[in-house]
Amino acid sequence: MSLRTRNPAGRLHSGGPITYIVLSVVALVSLFPLYFAVVAASTSQSRIAQSPPPLIPHGNLLQNLRAVWDYQGPGAHTLGLAMVNSIIVAGAVTVSTVLFSTFAGFAFAKLRFTGRNLLLILVVATIAVPPQLIVLPLFQIISGLHWTNQLQSVILPSLVTAFGVFFMRQFLSEALPTELLEAARVDGANSLRTVWHVVFPVARPAMAVLGMLTFVQAWNDFLWPLIALTPSGNPTLQVALASIGGGYNINEAVIMAGAVVATVPLLLAFALFGKQIVGGIMQGAVKG
Amino acid sequence: MSVVESPAAPSAPKTSDDARRRARRSLLHRLDTKASPYLFVAPFFLLFAVFGIFPLIWTGWMSLHSVSTLAPGQMTWDGLGNYTMLGHDAVFWKSLRNTVTIGLISAVPQLLMAMGLAHLLNYRLRGRMFFRVALLAPYATSVAAAALIFQFVFQQNDAGFANWFLHLFGFKAVAWEPGTWTSQLAVSAIVIWRWTGYNTLIYLAAMQAVPGELYEAAALDGAGRWRQFRNVTVPSLRPTILFTVIISAIGSLQLFGEPYLFGGSAQGINGGSSNQYSTLALYVYRLAFNSEHLGRAAAVAWVIFFIAVIVGGLNALIARRLSRSA
Repeated sequence: MSLRTRNPAGRLHSGGPITYIVLSVVALVSLFPLYFAVVAASTSQSRIAQSPPPLIPHGNLLQNLRAVWDYQGPGAHTLGLAMVNSIIVAGAVTVSTVLFSTFAGFAFAKLRFTGRNLLLILVVATIAVPPQLIVLPLFQIISGLHWTNQLQSVILPSLVTAFGVFFMRQFLSEALPTELLEAARVDGANSLRTVWHVVFPVARPAMAVLGMLTFVQAWNDFLWPLIALTPSGNPTLQVALASIGGGYNINEAVIMAGAVVATVPLLLAFALFGKQIVGGIMQGAVKG
Repeated sequence: MSVVESPAAPSAPKTSDDARRRARRSLLHRLDTKASPYLFVAPFFLLFAVFGIFPLIWTGWMSLHSVSTLAPGQMTWDGLGNYTMLGHDAVFWKSLRNTVTIGLISAVPQLLMAMGLAHLLNYRLRGRMFFRVALLAPYATSVAAAALIFQFVFQQNDAGFANWFLHLFGFKAVAWEPGTWTSQLAVSAIVIWRWTGYNTLIYLAAMQAVPGELYEAAALDGAGRWRQFRNVTVPSLRPTILFTVIISAIGSLQLFGEPYLFGGSAQGINGGSSNQYSTLALYVYRLAFNSEHLGRAAAVAWVIFFIAVIVGGLNALIARRLSRSA
């Protein structure tokens, strides 16, 4: 048996060669479909239909990317517009979720008020409400308001999440020293100023992680945008991509180029902030 | 009025002014400490009331009506009509069955693998951050992109990766999409690919929170790595395992994009030509936005809600048991 050591994470053995082999295979399986999407996007319709499947990139990537970028969906809008929609929706949802969750999380973590525990239980109980349960009435509402194909119909229902509130509460109840709040009160700061000058600076790392997780969620959201923004109306990137994939008479290499366009922004973010995102998910898990 | 407390003094007007200001300030302060917590949590509860609770209840109300998607404002009372109709609806029962089988095929291997991988990642490793991020990359991929990519992986002919792989080992090409088990396997593969890494990280986090002394004690008792894993790691992870099982169950109840997009434009909306991979969530969408029966769709949604409540109740029951036995 290999040597036993301690490190900050706990008591750990070193991984043996088999550990490395298994993990490498799994990492390969995890990354391969993404690599394949890029390869397929660089080939042609005829090449994709041949066996064996393409494994190394061909030269058509830019051409296919341009083709999918210019492709007009059923509503004659382009992928560029869909991407702008996705950026607006995911951006607005992220900013508001982070702000509202921090305020509510702070209140639940550090302020005393009647009904606090009951309300917190209500928050936790609603973390996993399946969207199928709410989209039908929401559809009625936006139809009544004539909000179909308008971005606010997708943004408004997602302005804050139960997960976000709970995540910020867990973080702040440990990371925010109560003395700091008392000092602010002695200095005569009101609650709003306290949040601005004391809570936000402490909460910043958790806010960043929650922001990234929320952005991923909002960027990839599918069911409600599909209903509210429709492929032929004013779609987000994912909805437009689905309609490209479902379209007839379109080159399959171009479809894969669309998948690349829809995925690359988030993968870039993962390459840059992967460590923080991994840390955030693990942090949310332990305390959650 | 508020001057009473001012210490008697020659410069009375000034002090009383001061005191008044101080009193107003303390009143504001008290108002601030009393009200601001509610102000801070209000946005969540307001939005949740409008976009959560209300639609949830309204879905139940809708399910008792006959409503066309083309005129969503006109609801005609239908009592339990939608539900009795579901009772005779073969596609509904098939979708319910598929939801369970796809849920099992995707969740069981996924969580077992995640547990094993988390155990490996818990070793001291070079490049452990690389492995973690690589495992999480599928989580960053949207359902839409993943489903399109896996459509090509599970192409009917030898050009698909799955069949090409089988071919390498001398097996015949499989027609994935038309078959019941094969299509459910393919849809599950998308789920497994996207979520294994996420669950791995959750298990890993829980493993790192297990006190080292427990392992030292087990090692002193002569327990090898496998027995340590079985007797220390797994029992300590019980609440986390429960959590991931619940999340996976709720996830299966929501399974929509994967089957819908895997089937492509021709069969996605039906979940296959004989509904072989139609799920409850997909059936809700199909009833509402393809058959234009909003009321019947609401009835299926309410069935999903009912199952989710049962799952949640079981969760609470088991969690209480666990915390009592711990």
